[in-house]
Amino acid sequence: MITLNVLKVGKVGIVSCSGEAIPEGTLSRLACRKVLDELRPDQTVTICLPLFIAGGTEERNFARDFPTITVDGCEKQCARKSTEKLSGKPGKSLLIPEILSRHGIAKPVNLRNLRPEEKATAQVVAEEIARAVDEILKK
Amino acid sequence: MSRETRKVVVIPCSGIGKVYGALARETVYELMERVRPGVVVTTCLPLLMIDDPEALQLITGNPVITIDGCPSGCAHKNVETHGIKVALTCQAINFYKAHKELKPGGIAELDENGRKLAAVAADELAHTVDELAQGEVEK
Repeated sequence: MITLNVLKVGKVGIVSCSGEAIPEGTLSRLACRKVLDELRPDQTVTICLPLFIAGGTEERNFARDFPTITVDGCEKQCARKSTEKLSGKPGKSLLIPEILSRHGIAKPVNLRNLRPEEKATAQVVAEEIARAVDEILKK
Repeated sequence: MSRETRKVVVIPCSGIGKVYGALARETVYELMERVRPGVVVTTCLPLLMIDDPEALQLITGNPVITIDGCPSGCAHKNVETHGIKVALTCQAINFYKAHKELKPGGIAELDENGRKLAAVAADELAHTVDELAQGEVEK
């Protein structure tokens, strides 16, 4: 029988800012889904951030069981702070405004229905997250 | 006492793993942008997890509707954690149960059926929003 712990080997947990009220949140969600679905589907898992409060022990132990990457849409850094407070210290914490600044990309402006250039930005952010996944798994 | 229009805070599920999370979020955007612009507002759910003062002030001073994406009920539980009683809590799946011809698909972004269902759900919530917005306010 394969145990759950065996299945967890080589996985990184992605904790995304949900950011319903800011365009960077939408960008974070889209970029994280790209990593989960397209770029590193076999190496990543996710959990809804608010489940740390609403869920049970399994959710709170998420960052104990998996190395995690938090992706935040703004300086308030809810994903990093909540993960640290309720689950465990993330392996890496990424901030969307810093990624955009590094690449010289403008901030997105739409909450939904991202424009084509904003979807291209999601790809850039997703690739940064994927690189962070690789770095963590190399350790 | 007099009557005046209040803001109504509608908070969706933050999930990035299930279609009904996406449906909840899209329903909120429909309310904010098309159905009741200027009346319906939202906040990022994880801001409540880090006790953000502005987010707490928003949910303390206005009626709150939550739309959850799964039975874990993160949206309403995270609001109630702060001692706030929500005026209405919905499960996004019930929108589908009431309109089975519109089976939603997509997670990062809803498909056409999902977008149509969100529009219908937002229209159906408008009456409740109006009642809450017209509530008595002490001056």
